[in-house]
Amino acid sequence: MMNYFKMAYRNLGRHRRRSVLSGLALAMGTALLMFVAAFFQGEMRSSLETTLRLNTGHIQVRDADYDPDKLSVAWDYLIENPDQVAAQIETLDQVQAATPRLLASGIVSVRDDSSGVEIMGVDPASSANDPYRHLVSGDFVTADDREGIVIGYPLAESLGLKVGGQLTLLINTSDGNVDEQVFTVRGIFTTGSTAYDKGIVLLPLAKAQAFSGAENHASMIFVLLKDREQAEAVAAAMPSQNFQVKTWRELNSLLVLINDFSNAYITFINLIVLGVTATVIINTLLMSVFERTREIGILTAIGMKGRQIITLFLAEASLLALGGVTFGSLAGWALSAYFAKVGIYFGDLGISQGMILDDRIYPYLTLDSAINLIVTAFIITVLASLYPARLASRMEPVEALHGAK
Amino acid sequence: MEVAKLTDVTRVYKIGEVETRALNGVSITIGDGEFTSLVGPSGSGKTTLLQLIGCLDQPTSGKVIIDGKETTNLNRNQRANLRKGTIGFVFQFFALIPTLTAYENVEMPLLLNGKNSTERKQRVLELLKAVDMSERAHHRPDQLSGGQQQRVAVARALATNPKLILADEPTANLDTENGEQVMEIMKRLNKETGTTFVFATHDPRVIKYATRVVTLRDGVIEKDNHTPAK
Ligand SMILES: Nc1ncnc2c1ncn2[C@@H]1O[C@H](COP(=O)(O)OP(=O)(O)OP(=O)(O)O)[C@@H](O)[C@H]1O
Ligand SMILES: [Mg+2]
Repeated sequence: MMNYFKMAYRNLGRHRRRSVLSGLALAMGTALLMFVAAFFQGEMRSSLETTLRLNTGHIQVRDADYDPDKLSVAWDYLIENPDQVAAQIETLDQVQAATPRLLASGIVSVRDDSSGVEIMGVDPASSANDPYRHLVSGDFVTADDREGIVIGYPLAESLGLKVGGQLTLLINTSDGNVDEQVFTVRGIFTTGSTAYDKGIVLLPLAKAQAFSGAENHASMIFVLLKDREQAEAVAAAMPSQNFQVKTWRELNSLLVLINDFSNAYITFINLIVLGVTATVIINTLLMSVFERTREIGILTAIGMKGRQIITLFLAEASLLALGGVTFGSLAGWALSAYFAKVGIYFGDLGISQGMILDDRIYPYLTLDSAINLIVTAFIITVLASLYPARLASRMEPVEALHGAK
Repeated sequence: MEVAKLTDVTRVYKIGEVETRALNGVSITIGDGEFTSLVGPSGSGKTTLLQLIGCLDQPTSGKVIIDGKETTNLNRNQRANLRKGTIGFVFQFFALIPTLTAYENVEMPLLLNGKNSTERKQRVLELLKAVDMSERAHHRPDQLSGGQQQRVAVARALATNPKLILADEPTANLDTENGEQVMEIMKRLNKETGTTFVFATHDPRVIKYATRVVTLRDGVIEKDNHTPAK
């Protein structure tokens, strides 16, 4: 076996530039694919995390009749005594934070400009609201603030608002009417997602309840767990009478689906790119086979069997693959690691299908996907070389020797 | 005892519509220990005959028996097996593997025959000595002269102690001195080991070493002369 690799190594050395170039093609393909995989994974991971952190939480407990699409604050759809329910949930071991939230629809206007927003009443004391505490300027609202509001940076920009500035907020109330009040901007936050930040304003829960007429009600108990994989188990343990309990998987079914789909998509891209690099390898080996017709004839004449000739060429392909894939995965890993640090800036990517995207994407390479890619690249390369190898093994010695003269 | 026995062998090459009868009903027996020359004009069928004896090719019709074995129905692998134990080849072009050193070239058939490393080493050194190439054992073919390459090729052909060595114009690309040297070596090995040699050649210097001269013309044997051994 060693001898095959020794011969293969020397054969590759005969056309060093050609070998290096085809190894490089494989290396570039591998590096590119590794980066693409890291990029997709980073995107999916951060979008899932962002969506959970900002929007859905790990579990939501809602009134049995609640319809998340309507943002209605009619009492029928809301949870009564939410503080009590939240406190009860927070006593569970696996729960990191549970906090009531009230969601209503409204319109912010400043002079002639206006913008439709989601109004979210939050408990300023809860750690679940930490993502909103990344303030560009000003302070977060306090629980008993009656005139203060916190808004996102892109909304403040577009309406020309600064901390201390005033805006008029219109709200759809519990009894189906509209109310309005002037609020003072206390703080301007950024969550990292422009798309999300431009569509939401925060009020202290008590003020939101009073303003909307929801009184002692909330739209949901927003629950974060210590480990999100526990969601199903915890959800099962929660009081379900009169409530609907939803896990993040149910709340983001589309996102989970897209995630699965993106894995299939990556596999598909892998096959295409590796298919292309495989043809480069096939081409290199075919050239070697034709150049070495005479040699193959000699080897056959002195008793080398077809299987052994195949092994010889497979050894050559394996060495090429080893070099190319090793080099490529190192480069791909380095590239991913570098951008995982600095991120890749995309700006406002919008929110689609409830999937919140950060403005910056951080590639994230999992060991799984790296190994997967390395193994696939290796196997495809070696499989591709079967064709030239078989061709070599089938040469009739007479013709092979003739081809030489 | 005979090493090879061909009976009524015909080989027709077909390229498109054109048929060439390279051999036309040749019967010949090669006895053990012979040092035989195949001569004849270009295109008379010498190479074709060697290839059939060497199981590199199969006849269109007729029977080829090598070392007592009928070869006509063997598949590729079986023929390769027969070759590697029984037959050695020396070609006109110095058919060494360019990536391997002289030593490794001679070692190759031993590897293919599954010899262990001590056996191999001993045999390779012995053979290189026999062809006077010990000093250049670790040179690549492109670092050797034509005569030196051909001597390595002879050593390789002898490596597995084959019964029969087939050489197709072994001296054609060598000058007089190197040609003589290669022939001397082969003759000596023929005497010492009893290995059978068959050459195809135009070279009178080769013919003078032969104990038997077979003349081909247009694919048939025209003359078959046994000459006294020198
Ligand atoms: N592979 C082949 N395909 C077609 N025709 C061939 C092939 N090999 C040999 N021939 C033909 O068969 C005949 C015999 O060829 P062969 O090579 O045996 O001659 P030779 O006696 O060895 O000649 P030379 O002295 O020139 O080497 C020639 O007419 C040649 O053209
Ligand atoms: Mg010839």
